[in-house]
Amino acid sequence: MDFGPFLLLALMEGLVTAAVLALTASGLSLVFGIMRVVNVAHGAFFMLGAVLAWFVSQWVPGPPALSFAVALVLCPLIVGAIAAAADTAVLKRLNYEPEATIVATIGLLYILEQAALSFFGPDARPVPAPLNFRIQLPWFGYSGYKLAVVAAAALVLLAVWLILRHTRAGLIMRATQIDRDTARAFGINVDRVYAGVFAMGAGLAAIAAVLIVPIQQAHYLMGGDPLLLSFIVVIIGGLGSLRGTLVAALVIGLSDGVISTFFAPTLAKIVATLAVALILVLRPQGLFGKRAA
Amino acid sequence: MKLDRALLLHLGLLAALLAFHFAAPAYHHTNIARIMVLAIYAMGYNIAFGYTGLLSLGHALFFGAGLYAAGLLAYHAEGTAGTGLIAGLAAGGLVAFALGLFALRTAGVAFMIVTLMFAQAGYLTVLYFGSYTRGDEGIVIPRAGRMLGSLDLSDDNTRYLVAFALFAAALLVNLWLARSPRGRIMVAMRENEERSRMLGYNPFTVKLAALTISGLYSGLSGAAYALMFGYAGASLASVQYSILPLLYVLLGGAGTVIGPFLGALLMFYLIDYASSVTDAHQFVTGAALVLLILFAPKGILGTLRERGLRWLP
Amino acid sequence: MTGRPFTTTPTRRTILKGMAGAGALAAVPRFVQAQSSEPIRIGFQLHRTGIGASYGRWYERTASAALKVLNEGGGINGRPVEIVFEDDGTDPKRGAEVVEKLTTQSNCDLVMGTLFSHVVIGSAPRAGELKVPYLVCSEGHHVASGMLNRWTLQPGITDVKSQVQGMAPFVSSNLGKKVTMIFPDFAFGHDHRDFFTAAMAAQGGEVIQQIAIPPTETSFTRYFPQIPSETEVIYHVMVGPAVLTFVKELGEFYGSGDRPQLFGFIDSLEAVDINSPGLEFLDGSHFWEGHPRYKQADASEHETFYRAAVGVDDNGASVSDPADIATYAHMFSTWETLFVIKHAMEAAGYTGPADRQKIVEAIEAMTDFAEGQAHPQGPKVFNGKTHQAFGLQSITKVEGGKLVRVHQTSMEDGFYPDEVDYTTMSF
Repeated sequence: MDFGPFLLLALMEGLVTAAVLALTASGLSLVFGIMRVVNVAHGAFFMLGAVLAWFVSQWVPGPPALSFAVALVLCPLIVGAIAAAADTAVLKRLNYEPEATIVATIGLLYILEQAALSFFGPDARPVPAPLNFRIQLPWFGYSGYKLAVVAAAALVLLAVWLILRHTRAGLIMRATQIDRDTARAFGINVDRVYAGVFAMGAGLAAIAAVLIVPIQQAHYLMGGDPLLLSFIVVIIGGLGSLRGTLVAALVIGLSDGVISTFFAPTLAKIVATLAVALILVLRPQGLFGKRAA
Repeated sequence: MKLDRALLLHLGLLAALLAFHFAAPAYHHTNIARIMVLAIYAMGYNIAFGYTGLLSLGHALFFGAGLYAAGLLAYHAEGTAGTGLIAGLAAGGLVAFALGLFALRTAGVAFMIVTLMFAQAGYLTVLYFGSYTRGDEGIVIPRAGRMLGSLDLSDDNTRYLVAFALFAAALLVNLWLARSPRGRIMVAMRENEERSRMLGYNPFTVKLAALTISGLYSGLSGAAYALMFGYAGASLASVQYSILPLLYVLLGGAGTVIGPFLGALLMFYLIDYASSVTDAHQFVTGAALVLLILFAPKGILGTLRERGLRWLP
Repeated sequence: MTGRPFTTTPTRRTILKGMAGAGALAAVPRFVQAQSSEPIRIGFQLHRTGIGASYGRWYERTASAALKVLNEGGGINGRPVEIVFEDDGTDPKRGAEVVEKLTTQSNCDLVMGTLFSHVVIGSAPRAGELKVPYLVCSEGHHVASGMLNRWTLQPGITDVKSQVQGMAPFVSSNLGKKVTMIFPDFAFGHDHRDFFTAAMAAQGGEVIQQIAIPPTETSFTRYFPQIPSETEVIYHVMVGPAVLTFVKELGEFYGSGDRPQLFGFIDSLEAVDINSPGLEFLDGSHFWEGHPRYKQADASEHETFYRAAVGVDDNGASVSDPADIATYAHMFSTWETLFVIKHAMEAAGYTGPADRQKIVEAIEAMTDFAEGQAHPQGPKVFNGKTHQAFGLQSITKVEGGKLVRVHQTSMEDGFYPDEVDYTTMSF
């Protein structure tokens, strides 16, 4: 294949990666930004979304589009509820102490993975795509659903942005992020805000998973890579900056695709990984973060 | 008085471990040897994290550097255990020093991610040079490479005693460090970097020194692991092995000398026990972690220290 | 979990013990009377969790089924046999610990069953130190390459070098001469790359492109443009949770139009239904299978017996759940290994752990295994010097949603010069 189409394909692939990554990472960014919690179980929430989508696809009769729509609504709610319960039962009691929450969320990760292994099984299971068309370009074919994922992710992100910027809930969240004590003094129930934010973060991961699962498959260990990548995106983008998270997701998604057109694949991964590290060394506050005092 | 009590406790632990050598059932004998080697790694992690406040997610890079320095030397260059241990120590320290030069320009979460990224690059490098390392499958360290002078590290008794000697040295150095002025500066850096700076200490050099010492420990542990258990593979340099020492340290008690050993011991037997009572053993492990952190958030020794044993170093 | 050999007629004592809550000991009293009837304990290193869990589940089922047949046939030397399963998390460090635990704590007579190569290589040194026979079911080339030790053997499944080499004649004469290989960028993939490239050259074919995919990858489309347009055959082998994505994306990339022939190792799709959504394009493509998943028209009576005993239907799925697909191409190795153990222990007159060395020597003395109930996958040649078995491989074609055998290799296709002589090594 010529270089031009090759690059085009890499860019399209990068865009899909970036879209899903942005969605997953925005959930982590909310939790990270507002609660200052390093949620190691974020990847497990992602996995849970995909696994639940498979269950929904088995239980809901009719065309795949219907079960997909049900999954898209139901899975984030269930995962969010689990997250809220975990927040209230564990994280709140730890007073969101950074180190303690890391251990607690590692524990949560084990529990969720074991639950998936016990009830869902160790096999990779496919979920049918809601729409099945293939775009034939002159040089290669491409999945239409993948492009739909990009659009859907953009819509969800827009919704999140609107919620944060233009609703009362968003205002309360932002207020809590800036100063939790003052927010409390103004009568905001910080506990409820935190539970809500934690649920919303997990729910976003679940939405991303439901969107991606027809492209990939549900598997109980699928949460590891999204977790690592989301972390990177959140930090590169700058803590708590949703805009930064978006840009970083694009940078990382696209660079991963494009660098691999120039180097041997594994070498490309090494180069991309080191590049990310060096960006942070040069700009520790991330691309859009404010310099720490 | 206080100092003696602390020293006695540590010497007591060492005496108990030595006595264990003569009394232990075979299974636990090897387990404890393994745990002592991993505890060296966790102690190294604790020097960076527990004392100096550097929360790294990339220590597998240092452990892996030691593992592969010893492993590749024995596999490709007829190295022996003596050169392997020294090479591992040096590799861990050097890599940590070099990484520190970059990564210590960042702090907090950025530091976590930078270390994570470097370690990930290291892991991928092991795979990339698969013709030398056999990548994820790994290599078996030849018997000749596991000879420490006339001591055969593949022999159960020798292994335990050498592991004990390394562990004892690491523990005593750690204790000395924790009680030395330098150790106090490290803690000061963790507690309040700005104030330490005003007192005339350069945070960068203090942290770099701590990270390098941490790397020396990790590299030594990696080399010892390869030489004593005869295997070096990429999975031992993967991200799980960066999280492992963090878990050990948090469980045992960050910023305590014995905590890392206690954490490694507990975690090992927790998994071992859980997998023999249920198929869903990860559930037991997960639940235990959550409960422990709920009821002993400073780790076991950290909690004890808060509740009365204030002299615990 | 311990496979308990017989349903014992409960004596008064066992009932009392059971009522006292010591149910786990219920089977013990029957055997303490005579030393010779004490059960033989076989340790099984099982991938119950971790990346190998799909395989582990079926390895456990297959070994348990074999154990039942073995015990119904009188056990080993008249002694009942039990299997102690222990999870290794598909991790080499834990693997070595599990070998230790099974040997020194569970008092197993030997250890068997490991699949993933890194766990085998991580555990074998410890097995050698403990001087306990370690019989792996891994298909890795690690045993025959000479990197392991006298105590490690692979009598139940052909190694990857032999499998891959056996594919080249069929591929070059039926599918095409110009091959592009796509494989994971780690040791398992490198074995495929090296052995197949050499074997193809020997057949007058050529591997024109080698695409190594980083193991952390979850999406593959961007690598497909590297497939040269003159490619006649794509040889693919992938493992791990992302395999389904790989096959689907390959399908999307080529679509229904003109595409090269596809030849893959079923490892990519073990435990996965080939009629899953997105896999339609596999129709007409070829697979290596160690043991055909779909029951073939000419299946032997032993094959039929084995399938029923393990609980697999004619489509390679669990009889109790048609969506639960077996890892059929590999799991027979645990069954066959168990019967090799039986024959070795009986030939050696095995009485207890002091005779462990005799087991190894007895297996080394074996030269071939005839097809039969103990070897339902087919006949095998065993090389005592390299500790490796060689069997017949199948190439199947996807036709009408089933994998239909179109070729079976000859034994000679898979032979290669010895790379080691373990029998000259010390114990």
